[in-house]
Amino acid sequence: MSRLKILALLPLAAALSGCNYIVLAPAGDIAAQQRDLVIISTVLMLLIVVPVMALTVLFAWRYRQSNTSARYEPDWDHSTKLELVIWSAPLLIIVCLGALTWMGTHLLDPYRTLGRIHADRAIDQSKAPLEVDVVALDWKWLFIYPDYGIATVNDLAAPVDRPINFRITASSVMNSFYIPALAGQIYAMPGMETKLHAVVNHAGTYKGFSANYSGAGFSGMHFNFQGLDDKGFDAWVAQAKSAGGSLGRTEYLQLEKPSENEPVRRWGSVDSDLYRLILNMCVETGKMCQSEMMAIDAKGGNGHEGLNNTLPLSYDKYARRGTVLGPEPVFVAGTCTPDAPQGRTTSAIKAPLDTAPLVGAGLKRPTLAPLKSSSFFLGQRSKSDS
Amino acid sequence: MSPDLLKFIFGRLGFDSLPLHEPILVGTFAMVALGGVTLLAGLTYFRLWGYLWREWFTTVDHKRIGIMYMILGIVMLLRGFADALMMRAQQAMAFNGSEGFLPAHHYDQVFTAHGVIMIFFVAMPLVTGLMNYVVPLQIGARDVSFPFLNNFSFWMTVGGAVLVMASLFIGEFARTGWLAYPPLSNIGYSPDVGVDYYIWALQVAGVGTTLSGINLICTIVKLRCPGMTMMKMPVFTWTSLCTNILIVASFPVLTVVLALLSLDRYVGTNFFTNDFGGSPMMYVNLIWIWGHPEVYILVLPAFGIFSEVTSTFSGKRLFGYTSMVYATVVITILSYLVWLHHFFTMGSGASVNSFFGITTMIISIPTGAKMFNWLFTMYRGRIRYELPMLWTIAFMLTFVIGGMTGVLLAVPPADFVLHNSLFLIAHFHNVIIGGVVFGAFAGINYWFPKAFGFKLDPFWGKCSFWFWVTGFYMAFMPLYVLGLMGVTRRLRVFDDASLQVWFVIAAIGAGLVFLGILSMLMQFAVSFLKREQLKDVTGDPWDARTLEWATSSPPPDYNFAFTPVVHDNDAWWDMKKRGYQRPLMGFKSIHMPSSTGTGIILAGFATAMGFGLIWYMWWLAALSFIALLAVGIGHTFNYHRDFDIPADDVIRTEDARTKLLAGAK
Repeated sequence: MSRLKILALLPLAAALSGCNYIVLAPAGDIAAQQRDLVIISTVLMLLIVVPVMALTVLFAWRYRQSNTSARYEPDWDHSTKLELVIWSAPLLIIVCLGALTWMGTHLLDPYRTLGRIHADRAIDQSKAPLEVDVVALDWKWLFIYPDYGIATVNDLAAPVDRPINFRITASSVMNSFYIPALAGQIYAMPGMETKLHAVVNHAGTYKGFSANYSGAGFSGMHFNFQGLDDKGFDAWVAQAKSAGGSLGRTEYLQLEKPSENEPVRRWGSVDSDLYRLILNMCVETGKMCQSEMMAIDAKGGNGHEGLNNTLPLSYDKYARRGTVLGPEPVFVAGTCTPDAPQGRTTSAIKAPLDTAPLVGAGLKRPTLAPLKSSSFFLGQRSKSDS
Repeated sequence: MSPDLLKFIFGRLGFDSLPLHEPILVGTFAMVALGGVTLLAGLTYFRLWGYLWREWFTTVDHKRIGIMYMILGIVMLLRGFADALMMRAQQAMAFNGSEGFLPAHHYDQVFTAHGVIMIFFVAMPLVTGLMNYVVPLQIGARDVSFPFLNNFSFWMTVGGAVLVMASLFIGEFARTGWLAYPPLSNIGYSPDVGVDYYIWALQVAGVGTTLSGINLICTIVKLRCPGMTMMKMPVFTWTSLCTNILIVASFPVLTVVLALLSLDRYVGTNFFTNDFGGSPMMYVNLIWIWGHPEVYILVLPAFGIFSEVTSTFSGKRLFGYTSMVYATVVITILSYLVWLHHFFTMGSGASVNSFFGITTMIISIPTGAKMFNWLFTMYRGRIRYELPMLWTIAFMLTFVIGGMTGVLLAVPPADFVLHNSLFLIAHFHNVIIGGVVFGAFAGINYWFPKAFGFKLDPFWGKCSFWFWVTGFYMAFMPLYVLGLMGVTRRLRVFDDASLQVWFVIAAIGAGLVFLGILSMLMQFAVSFLKREQLKDVTGDPWDARTLEWATSSPPPDYNFAFTPVVHDNDAWWDMKKRGYQRPLMGFKSIHMPSSTGTGIILAGFATAMGFGLIWYMWWLAALSFIALLAVGIGHTFNYHRDFDIPADDVIRTEDARTKLLAGAK
């Protein structure tokens, strides 16, 4: 009998020893706390799931038709006491779990700065957190280290026990930035920024990847995340520095074109404004940054005339542009000089003195010249008479 | 012909749209074509076309429409499962530098099609079919409220299925995942016909689903027989009512969000684009406002089936009928307050995430109460282990695991580490297979004798049961494990060779499920051959409790010669207990709806319109649309909508049954 038991345990043992349950044994404090929540919640629920399963088997066996010795009460269908129990038992569990959820969600909110390095270590205030800007591209990851002026593709490293502040965006479609050993995932979305705060406690090399399907090259969209000691991290930075090269707007536009299974790449210097431009989707010259657009809109917008502030789309990382029945694809032109359309931050844009929305009388109306099909849907004038 | 003319006629359809370079598809096409030609030839040879057209395609009888829904669901299950086998095989192979056998272009279509087909064209038809068949019988009605609409709804669902199947051989299907999130599904990143197939298949089928929802709500509210107050309705009818309320409230959201996406794709609006103020996050919210109720649309009727089955085979009244009903209603309402739990990771604040996490957990309270109600229905019962009951026990043991992992995923910080992982895949297959599919199979085995007058063969039924249950556990428990190793979904190739063993186990599990499906088909065939042995003439083979068992099997066209009068929520059990005598005389003529071909014609035009829009064949879309309107308006002038079954026919039918019943004793 005991030998049989051991045999029965064998697959379990094999399962537990041979594999890397990274979600259950992470290397970062955030992921460890998330793991704890997974386990506590599971145990809480097992309190009710196990009895239910046991009772199911028990009742199924005891009240089988052939067991005529069991009681049979065909009309028994109500018991207030029992009803109270079956509604309140799950309720109690959910009350506990709900409280746990409320606290856990707030404490482990990825936007929240870290309160500690590890269960037994507080934040070292003298060390500034490591800033990393993450961009999900088709189909590789770009990491920019603004404090060090370096950038890499598919290679991420951080010193052990130093808090990391990730700012995350994407260039084209939705992805999810996930390093199971470090912390839970968060979506990377174009034109939007998500944040993640985390820290790695143990040195090592861990896997990171996109956890949200993003197209043909999705399977190859992974990278290594290294937790290094301070010396190792300095060496890693130096390695990137020595790689030379500079990642500016032109290089980025080349880089963001779709490619699969990209090897690691490094740049010794990086345009300090690049991440802001990527986030605001205005790396292409002459395109209005979203931050500018929002600032203008917040002041009432450019009115009907603003519809005409577009130029034909000349750059797109995909060959295919536009829709079959719609207008020619356009982009919103930047309102600054053609030489330096960006360069100014949104705060530098002066609000007009009169902040009333620009609508109605006084504005030049679109002419009634024959509309091209392309301008019909956006109500814009054809380019020739603008 | 000039290229312009060709382009006008065929839009973007050309020879290069046919997947001639994909050997798997060419082989499949050859087999499907061969099978199709054989089937068509057989139908022609045996002169069955007229019969099929008159008795089935144009029928407005809810029972036949229900059966056709079930056939559609089972046929599409084969397609959807073929996709599942390909995925499992690919993932079991693609290690150590191997690319597997599916290129990304094909693999990405396979997992998208699998999800779309299994939800829209397998689970939905199975559930709708059972509701269609059973609900009017359970409430003592002669048909649904709008019988023609019912036929039309069915053919619209078929139209959607036809479009999905067409995408296999003409063009391609979406490569976006089953919910087609933009920006990936927008024209810039998915310029081909795949997403258009997706949109129009769901739009065409969605019309059918919404209309059938309206139809069944009206039926349940208006057509209950005398004495059946709301709190005397069978639980399956209750869950059907709630499901159809969910359908009517949520499917319009799907219709609108897909319409917005198609505007983005066809006329260049910017609802969900990155530029011009569009917001893909809006799409994600909207689609899940439909998508979460959708899972309850599927599972509530399954809960109803389990309630009927447990009570019948335990030989006991259902424990806690009232709390069962309230639990169903609470789930219906709460299912609208949880959609955000599908994207906790999109960056909502902690308070928003906790709110949706906690509402999600609250749903587990009524669900748990239901579980206990089934448990205490079994308590002090006399449980007969017929096939429906076996499926129910398997459900109870499986579903609690799925429910537990579901609540776990509702804890936002836990979701951050498990979202989009194979743990999630395991979870929702655990509840959809363990709940909806097991429920549908319990329902099929339970009501089959009602529909055809003979039971299903228990041997092959048990084979199917054991293959399915063991196959399910083998296929999905490894996915839970892989999820805890941080393996994400929809990957095509893997680096880490240590994972392979788990994928191989899962693939073997899928193979077992395949045997389960084959056994089920075998079960149908064997039962048909042994129909004399398995015959049931009583109309009540399980000693059951609700009204559908009061009439003959299969029921006559008019269901009940006299509308029953109900005094108890186990109406038929109550009638049996009080020595109910079947009336033998006094039959009158019965007013019934007439068959019409309008439904299938309308759905045909709608499908053609979808096809035209997909391929930019504007003339086809426009002509089909005009024809759709013309036929629809024309049908309003059809005054041959009803007829009376003469009293003589009713007497003949009922006398035949009297003889059968006498022979049975």
